[in-house]
Amino acid sequence: MLQISGWQLRAPSNLTRFVALALLSVGLMLLDARGHHLQNIRAGLTVLFAPIQVVAAIPVHVGGAIIDFIRGDETLRAEAERLRAEQPILLARLQRFEAIEAENTHLRQLLGTSALVADKAVAAELLEVASEPTRRTIVIAKGAKDGLYVGQPVIDAYGIRGQVTEVGIYQSRAILITDPSHAIPVQVNRNGLLAIAFGTGDADTVAIRYLTASADIKEGDLLVSSGLGGGFPFGYPVAKVTKIVNDPNESFLDILATPVAQLSHSKEVLLIWPTKSVMPAEAKKPGETKKPVNTRKPLELKKPLDTKKPVVARPPAEAPKPAYSEPATPVTPVTPATPADGATP
Amino acid sequence: MTLGHNTRSRLIIAASFLVALVLTILPWPVWTEQFRPDWVALVLIYWCMALPTRVGVGTAWSAGLMLDVLYGSMLGENALAKSLIAYLTVRFHLQLRMFPRWQQAVVVLLLVAANNLLVLWIKHLAGQAPSTWSYLTPSIVSMLLWPWLFVILRDIRRHGNVS
Repeated sequence: MLQISGWQLRAPSNLTRFVALALLSVGLMLLDARGHHLQNIRAGLTVLFAPIQVVAAIPVHVGGAIIDFIRGDETLRAEAERLRAEQPILLARLQRFEAIEAENTHLRQLLGTSALVADKAVAAELLEVASEPTRRTIVIAKGAKDGLYVGQPVIDAYGIRGQVTEVGIYQSRAILITDPSHAIPVQVNRNGLLAIAFGTGDADTVAIRYLTASADIKEGDLLVSSGLGGGFPFGYPVAKVTKIVNDPNESFLDILATPVAQLSHSKEVLLIWPTKSVMPAEAKKPGETKKPVNTRKPLELKKPLDTKKPVVARPPAEAPKPAYSEPATPVTPVTPATPADGATP
Repeated sequence: MTLGHNTRSRLIIAASFLVALVLTILPWPVWTEQFRPDWVALVLIYWCMALPTRVGVGTAWSAGLMLDVLYGSMLGENALAKSLIAYLTVRFHLQLRMFPRWQQAVVVLLLVAANNLLVLWIKHLAGQAPSTWSYLTPSIVSMLLWPWLFVILRDIRRHGNVS
């Protein structure tokens, strides 16, 4: 027992320590969540603990190597063969896509709206680590040195996967569209109906909220990003509507959709740098000066209440505009009837 | 042995926490994710029960903070929850030691459930609460794992002469 000028100093009791550390935790959380003051500390700690993540990812790497070894040359050759056969088909589709894109740009110029420009995309590998049980996050093996930024869209070959929330030096973290804190503005591809897709925390479900019973939405509808909000570029597939429940006691429909991106299987993602996102709904409003589009605000909602004003889907002012080339009425005689998959490689 | 007894004990305890952290973020198929036991909580409860003078609230807080960094959650979230577990375990460690194994397992269930509910509550305040019930399954799996983990850690403690 220490004695300093008559005062007896004892080691703090268990309860005292707990209360002190609890207060410290609350302080940290407030600093982290409200002000984002701890970015540097977090980045430093992440680098410090990176070895734990690397060790955790080893079994998957080794497992993959073993599986490749067992499958042997035969299967690999077959796979290469299949990919080689697939490539010309994809390239042919891409050719048509480029022609359509050029035509689209031309038409947009005629209409006086800004053109959709192709986005820059870079493939990145995932660091195979599990996320917190209630959240859906991925760790990407690229960081600030590759030019990643917070709020950057993350996609894969099939659709939108999520967005970057934390950028370290060598690795970054992204939340998936199924994460409970994520929301993405979408529109129904069939008719341009605007909505918001919220993550649920479930691995393969997003929920579409605040749509009234009169909304024109059906099971099987494809939802594509609407580009509103400026975070995600316009026109990427997000989810397919799987279930619509109309409970007369509720003011809104209960709609569930399954993401089209392979959220839990693929080991690679594409990071895109949207060049200029065009907001079709905004561009159409007459008499409104266009504000700078690319504000790139991260969409992570701190509270679900941020969207308390129900985002009741307004039907577009003019004729609905599908994001995909599914022209029921050919716009120009030049356009050949293109199947929907023409634009989705 | 060149290392002092004190240092060796610390190293063994630290290593057990590191293994628990690796197991926590080890990737499994997605459908198994909701059954993932809370490894850090299990290891923490064992050490707090066996050596309350060495492992307590402070260790728990550090381990929880590491978990926060690895998960990318708000700093302090898991640190607070793990400190709660440590506080309760140290407070009742004498009773816990006397309990039969199955009764200890029930206490583990309650402790991990308290941990999960606290984390869920914090997440709710931050607007990240999931709309599923799966956050309670880890506590059940942790309970079922407890008897085996207890035996393993006790053997480590005896062979390593950790005290």
